Amino acid sequence: MKKQLITLLLLMAASFTFAQFDPQNASVNGSFQLDGQWYRPDVAIGITDSALAGRKLGMNGFGNIIYSLGDFKAGMRYEAFLPPLAGFDPRQEGNGFPHIWAGYQREFIDMTVGNFYEQFGSGLLFRSYEEWTLGFDNSMNGIRVLLQPMRGIRLKGIYGSQRFYWQKYERNNRGIVRGLDAEINMNEIIQGWEAAPFRMIVGASGISKYQRAADPVYNLPENVGGMAGRIQLGAGNFSLMTEYAQKINDPSAMNNFIYREGRALLASLSYAERGFGAVIQLKRVDNMSFKSDRSVTANALDINFIPPINRTHAYSLTARYPYATQLNGEMGLQFQLNYKIPRGSKLGGQYGTGIAINFSQVNDIIRNPLNDTIPVGSDGTLGYYSPFFKASKHIFFRDLNVEIDKRFSSKLKAVVQYMNLHYDIATIEGKAGAPPINANLFVTDVTWRFAARKALRFEAQGMFTQQHDGDWAALMIEYTIAPKWFFAIADQFNYGNPDNSKRNHYYTFSAGFTRESSRIALSFGRQAEGVVCVGGVCRQVPASSGLSLSVSTNF
Amino acid sequence: MKNAFLFLMLLLFVLPLAAQESALPKVTIKTLDGKSFNTGNISNDGKPMIVSFWAIWCKPCQKELDAFNENYAAWQAETGVKIYAISIDDSRSTARVAPFAKSKGWDFEVLLDANGDFKRAMNVNMIPHTFVLDGNGKVVAQHTSYFEGAEFELYDKVKALTGKKK
Repeated sequence: MKKQLITLLLLMAASFTFAQFDPQNASVNGSFQLDGQWYRPDVAIGITDSALAGRKLGMNGFGNIIYSLGDFKAGMRYEAFLPPLAGFDPRQEGNGFPHIWAGYQREFIDMTVGNFYEQFGSGLLFRSYEEWTLGFDNSMNGIRVLLQPMRGIRLKGIYGSQRFYWQKYERNNRGIVRGLDAEINMNEIIQGWEAAPFRMIVGASGISKYQRAADPVYNLPENVGGMAGRIQLGAGNFSLMTEYAQKINDPSAMNNFIYREGRALLASLSYAERGFGAVIQLKRVDNMSFKSDRSVTANALDINFIPPINRTHAYSLTARYPYATQLNGEMGLQFQLNYKIPRGSKLGGQYGTGIAINFSQVNDIIRNPLNDTIPVGSDGTLGYYSPFFKASKHIFFRDLNVEIDKRFSSKLKAVVQYMNLHYDIATIEGKAGAPPINANLFVTDVTWRFAARKALRFEAQGMFTQQHDGDWAALMIEYTIAPKWFFAIADQFNYGNPDNSKRNHYYTFSAGFTRESSRIALSFGRQAEGVVCVGGVCRQVPASSGLSLSVSTNF
Repeated sequence: MKNAFLFLMLLLFVLPLAAQESALPKVTIKTLDGKSFNTGNISNDGKPMIVSFWAIWCKPCQKELDAFNENYAAWQAETGVKIYAISIDDSRSTARVAPFAKSKGWDFEVLLDANGDFKRAMNVNMIPHTFVLDGNGKVVAQHTSYFEGAEFELYDKVKALTGKKK
């Protein structure tokens, strides 16, 4: 680590001394963030002194610095989890510089050494990224080369190991990942296609993972390879995007050590014009968990990313039961329609009215036994047969939601939303035996700007269900003084909990100050137990009570 | 690792430095129809620009962009400002960005930063995060979060760049 730092500094110093470098061109930018929480016992919501176990403070923080001079760039990120906030993996505890890199970039070549993030296509085969709010980081540590041999052709090569919390890579303690990707824009390379009435982009990628195998029982593949192909077609306002990925047998703790191949398909067809947009998406996933350590089951060391294709909800109750991709198998579809009723029409009014309709459903795949004697999914076997075009009747998730937003005057606007949800909590959250949740939700969100830069926002939500925690109501009032201040009071009330003693109020008081890109926010209150998801990754958050502080700045 | 650094050093010696066109980091992201787009090409003929990071799941971001859109014609007439809206939606929702943005009637350029490369290069952690750039792509002001009416404060900074009084 120290050596790397010294080399980096040397490089920076050296770069100044070369005559052709003008230090005027050098720039440094960065960002810092601190999220701290003080926890207090709160017996009403089940947090006792012993549950806290002396851990009254938690802190997640980072600092990121990027230095650039002409075509040279270098950066490093410091992180501290002392200890991590409630709900984060305990293996995150620690501090140091987990992310250090340097790169050189010209039009033809872009090369990075150290830690980097990259994605091939839509990520079905390879995606390395980070999500600070979830504590997710599968950054690569190695070398990345991007090449553009000619206009319209882009090649990517990656080689390295993946981040696993604070554990340093050592021989055989996890796998090595290497891959290649090519993307060709046909309109740019074929003469006469520049002005064609259609657009066509094709891409292909390959990934190989090496991990030593020394299993006493199974003969495991040490090299697991995967291939993916994609095509993007566009004509007029239509656009079609498809990617298909396949990998060879990869027995792992995630799939109960079956030798079946993995497959994933993602396709979307969309239409967009001013005022109107529609998209339909299809997805099929079969045994597609791909990690660089076959023994890991946590949210770590993922090589690929299979996106859940359903709406990410923004209101607290509508986001209470979020879906997470079932990597071992699922089939789903999504439909979304956005329409803006033009201003001046009867329904559009003076400002126009926005309507959004969204539907998604995800089912299990069908798994037929290999023969009469081997049960489905038995370890050491091929697992099962699965017909590609048929879905099981078992519904994991279904969400139908309609949202209307309307501005009534320059001062008043509102959003209303209805949502009907089916959520198989037993599968998605691993709560075996729990019945699926069927719920109806309503949201009203009204913003009243009563002065040029002052506004009040009211949010009322209701969730009605017979299952799990029963009915909820939520209210929020927010007062903002643009661009600097906000104050908010919110309460979520679980008034319909079948257990009388759990009919709790989860209240919070919060305030924040923003100046340019610096932000300080403080909140006091209770956080209900739940799931936080960003992108496709979710994190279970335990109930907590106390004071939180968040400070961040950019420069 | 060491070899890589040595190689890099070598590269630094051998290859001459290109002239800098834009102060923005050069990262390859995508246009709404899937074409590669280098962020070094974010430009506006020497006139100011606004670059705003957003996502489909971020309500305040949409409110901010809606507010920009309501004023865009007037702002363009006055200062020639150009707005770029950078979606950080990942592959979960990239396919929905174009239909969504078009249905909103937004008149500015929308680009896709599906793996957050541009977001990281600009040190954006929370969205909405909006930058005001001068004609050379240099950041002169930035702001995170959006509250009703904040667009006017931001536009004052654009006006200051063109030498126009508040």
